Amino acid sequence: MNQNIMSKKVKSLADLKKIKADVQQKMKLREQGEHADKMAQIKVAMATCGIASGAKEVMEFIIDELDYRGVDAIVTQTGCMGYCYAEPTIEVILPEQEPVIYGFVTKDKAREIIEEHVIKGEMVDGVIPITFKTIDEEN
Amino acid sequence: MHILVCGGTGCRASQSEQIIQNLNTELQNTNLESDVKVVTTGCFGFCEKGPVIKVVPDNTFYTEVRPSDAADIVNEHVVKGRPVKRLLYKNPKNDYHVTSTSNIDFYKKQIRIALRNCGFVDPESIDEYIARDGYEALGKCIGELSPEAVIATVKDSGLRGRGGGGFPTGLKWEITRNVENEQKYVVCNADEGDPGAFMDRSILEGDPHSVIEAMAICGYCIGADTGLVYIRAEYPLAINRLKIALAQAREYGLLGEDILGTGFNFEIEIRYGAGAFVCGEETALIHSMEGHRGEPTFKPPFPSVSGYMGKPTNVNNVETFANIPVIINKGAAWFSKIGTEKSKGTKVFALAGKVNNVGLIEVPMGITLREVIFDIGGGIREGKKFKSVQTGGPSGGCLTDKDLDTPIDYDNLIAAGSMMGSGGMIVMDEDDCMVSISKFYLEFTLDESCGKCTPCRIGNKRLHEILDKITKGEGTEEDLERLYMLSNVIKDTSLCGLGQTSPNPVLSTLKNFHDEYKAHVTEGTCPAGQCKDLLKYEIIPDLCTGCTVCYRNCPVGAISGERKLPHYIDQSLCIKCGVCYDKCKFKAIRIA
Repeated sequence: MNQNIMSKKVKSLADLKKIKADVQQKMKLREQGEHADKMAQIKVAMATCGIASGAKEVMEFIIDELDYRGVDAIVTQTGCMGYCYAEPTIEVILPEQEPVIYGFVTKDKAREIIEEHVIKGEMVDGVIPITFKTIDEEN
Repeated sequence: MHILVCGGTGCRASQSEQIIQNLNTELQNTNLESDVKVVTTGCFGFCEKGPVIKVVPDNTFYTEVRPSDAADIVNEHVVKGRPVKRLLYKNPKNDYHVTSTSNIDFYKKQIRIALRNCGFVDPESIDEYIARDGYEALGKCIGELSPEAVIATVKDSGLRGRGGGGFPTGLKWEITRNVENEQKYVVCNADEGDPGAFMDRSILEGDPHSVIEAMAICGYCIGADTGLVYIRAEYPLAINRLKIALAQAREYGLLGEDILGTGFNFEIEIRYGAGAFVCGEETALIHSMEGHRGEPTFKPPFPSVSGYMGKPTNVNNVETFANIPVIINKGAAWFSKIGTEKSKGTKVFALAGKVNNVGLIEVPMGITLREVIFDIGGGIREGKKFKSVQTGGPSGGCLTDKDLDTPIDYDNLIAAGSMMGSGGMIVMDEDDCMVSISKFYLEFTLDESCGKCTPCRIGNKRLHEILDKITKGEGTEEDLERLYMLSNVIKDTSLCGLGQTSPNPVLSTLKNFHDEYKAHVTEGTCPAGQCKDLLKYEIIPDLCTGCTVCYRNCPVGAISGERKLPHYIDQSLCIKCGVCYDKCKFKAIRIA
């Protein structure tokens, strides 16, 4: 789109596709929402305790890291998961798999989780055993 | 995170603009304005529960949001990640909260082609449209394909006119193409006149670029360099968004001269209509655009041969156009896989009346009325009994429960005595009187008849008088005969679609609900309890406890009686408002 900054004219189909690729990146979030159940999901606990321990920075890091690696995954925030002693905590859900929760997630840990768990599907150290069951919203 | 807020006319009327403002303020207060984007989109279709908001990527769907809820959405959902439960949609069948759109019955059976971008993109952003494959179809057509090849694709797709007639779109394009003339026109019919129908408005409000792109493609195919959108002036939001979209398309060089460097020129202008139903008919529409009186003229010559300013003109409706870019991008075979043998693709309906989920839906052709009304529509309100469904607006007919399992397509609906029309679908329950319903539709055509043909101008007036007489309990059995005869005369002797179809509501109800008409004329009763002149409210002495509630609520003082003793209604004073019936806790009032 660069050469079009002066005049916004789209001069060819290739130009058009360039704009498309550009904007698509910005709209990725919405596209993901359409088929959320087929993608990896990472939930970052962002209650007071999580934010105080740096969850916001970790979340930003995760988003950037996934973008950088070109991994299609949904990053959302969630409330306190109850493991306040282990903040920041994140929950990783791969399609059709049980959720896994990691505690004490620093940026380095987050990178490791993305590399090993999200991309290769192999769990890494730091898993917190899930001590509760969540009831489905509809039940 | 993106927060998508519906900016369609319906949701705006219930303050969605204020919600957007409040959301932005709240986001600023929490320093999140750079992380969360609030997007104004087109109609989500779920107008009944508006204003609606969708939060992505977690796909949370909020309904009936008020401006004051913005704080909770930001503080709870955005900051803490907890959906705001009280704003979630509740399944009417079991009262459970549903978080995600994919779990809402209303959306489950829908396939959104014409509405693909409604509720997803910001209609005022051409970039977002481009990100959703926008203008790629146009680029492909004018850059790589011959007009004949494009027409062949449209023909093969089996797309038929969505305005009501159901004429094959590709064939129409081919006919217009084959007429030799230096100047030709593409016209988009956005004169949506059916009462309660708002498909075209929603498309123009939610995804105006899809129509612009398709009109340019059509122009390329038929050899036209000018497009005209005929839109009613009472659609201000749609006009506004269309104007913005046109300006953006021009700025990007997707309209104008030498589009995408191919040498193809195309420009679109807007023409305003004053909102006359008859101007949906293409010859009347063209006359109105030319500045003449909006009256239909005899066909042939068809507009394809001699239309706007006497030049070959291709008229298609908004929804038809909205399908075109997808057909080009995904191919005719993909499109024709959806639907029935003779009706391909999907159809947008404005679902209204006595169903739980009122709104705009897009369903594949061939879906049954039962699925639409009971699955998507969520069944009849308050658990009442389904009685009839009216399709096709004032030109259509009323279908009954025996038609519920008929697959919906152009031909089946006509065979059942109704029609597809532009897509109005009004559901009626046991409380609706079919005589009154047909009277209502006739009132509409009576107002909208242009007056050119005597049978339509005067015949419909007489039909209305007879129906009025019947609802007042003064009808006779001969009146039913007369209704039938007169209806057929009007059908046979009117020039345009308006007159030819105006008696349809009468004929279809006469056929499907003959007993109800009979009850009105022979017994002087209205089985649905709607025709006021035929009702009589009575107190059943055995059930009346003398609580005086009816006495105190009667607005005209027609009820009298001693406390703790049965009361009595003075029929000469009663105005049949039904307040006593609604207020009585002991079911001691009956309608005779």
